Amino acid sequence: MNVTIVDYNSGNISSVINSFKEVAKDKVNIEVTSDLNKIKSSDKVVLPGQGSFKSCIDALNNIGGLVDTLNDFVISNKKPLLGICVGLQMFADVGFEETETKGLGWISGKVSKIDNQDGKYKLPHIGWNQINIVKDSKIFKGIEINSHMYFVHSYEFIPEDKAVISATTDYSSNIVCSVEKENIFGTQFHPEKSDKTGLKIIDNFISL
Amino acid sequence: MLKNRIIPCLDVKNGRVVKGINFVDLKDAGDPVEQAKIYSDGGADEICFLDITASNENRDTIYDVVEKTSKKCFVPLTVGGGVRSVEDINKLLNCGADKVSINTAAVQNPEVVEQSSKKFGSQCIVVAIDAKKNGDKWEIFTHGGRNNTRIDATEFAKKMEDSGAGELLVTSMDRDGTQVGYDIELMSKISSMVNIPVIASGGVGNLDHLVDGIKLGNASAVLAASIFHYGKHSLKEAKEYLDSKGIPVRI
Repeated sequence: MNVTIVDYNSGNISSVINSFKEVAKDKVNIEVTSDLNKIKSSDKVVLPGQGSFKSCIDALNNIGGLVDTLNDFVISNKKPLLGICVGLQMFADVGFEETETKGLGWISGKVSKIDNQDGKYKLPHIGWNQINIVKDSKIFKGIEINSHMYFVHSYEFIPEDKAVISATTDYSSNIVCSVEKENIFGTQFHPEKSDKTGLKIIDNFISL
Repeated sequence: MLKNRIIPCLDVKNGRVVKGINFVDLKDAGDPVEQAKIYSDGGADEICFLDITASNENRDTIYDVVEKTSKKCFVPLTVGGGVRSVEDINKLLNCGADKVSINTAAVQNPEVVEQSSKKFGSQCIVVAIDAKKNGDKWEIFTHGGRNNTRIDATEFAKKMEDSGAGELLVTSMDRDGTQVGYDIELMSKISSMVNIPVIASGGVGNLDHLVDGIKLGNASAVLAASIFHYGKHSLKEAKEYLDSKGIPVRI
């Protein structure tokens, strides 16, 4: 099996690579590439993302044919994709970080700044927070309710259809931190930085 | 609920762990990769490497340490010391650091903070503020505490937030290595001025100091070196103690 981590200059992805390689050992081949043919032929894709919504979308668009390839992979071929952090946020129709930017539109909704309640809550939301699992998601197999995950973000994904939400976390409000819609999976937190529980989620995705 | 973080810090020199008392009188105490792994297995919420003599010496050893550590530890890894340019940050991130802390360069050339937070995202840019009390204000020191810039630390903190820093690592130079506790006044003052998380550093000698840093200093995270490093307390003990004092921690 091949799992491809999409390398599209979205910032630092070394931790994502390290964690997937740690979990995959020699059983699964982990590719790190933006090569369209390799993405097309892989079994699963991981879409990381750091920095702003706009910078990640721009970076995707800068690689000719990448967005179309991802659309085919996810929408036409219905193969599993895991978005992490801004990788999840880009599923939305639109994001408002820096400026209004069109997203991939895979899951209807928007990405807005977390309401910090007039400075009562610090932003970014950095650190370990517990997740409330609200839906049986395949990537949460064996993950206990209220497990701690590592977060670092200032924007949140607000999907229109609440049925896609698989977990939330409590900060200044109830923040969507994981979604699952058919073959599309996403985590706002960083499984690659969430110790053994995070690695378990990665393992669950690889084992789908 | 978001948990307060406990961050063990490893001072690294020439690829080996040391811990200074007031930044001098160094003792060699082990391999940083192994130490980091012990900490991450022990429940560290994050690990910090500080390359302490990096401003003066060849620092390529730190890249190797970061690369090896990031393949073994799956909690956030922050690396600081001698970070001068956007290119230095890029190199550390590529080696597997999740955040980079910038000290001297942020003071001398604040554009580095602005440029790097734009390029890599605020989430990986930590500005380290080393401050010493002078009268009723705190002044920033650079170059590992050797140069007094006379810059007001609280004003600088605000400026760094505006420049795109994602977090501030605030160290009291008066307290560092003394084990008498954080400079609570400094921590709470900076924490109340900015809307980004503050990590308290410098002076931890016992577990009550960690409690004070969070409860009185309003720090989001507490950083300590020697109390963990020489086995005085384990991370587990520290977390259980904080928990018993009503502080939310990841256990």
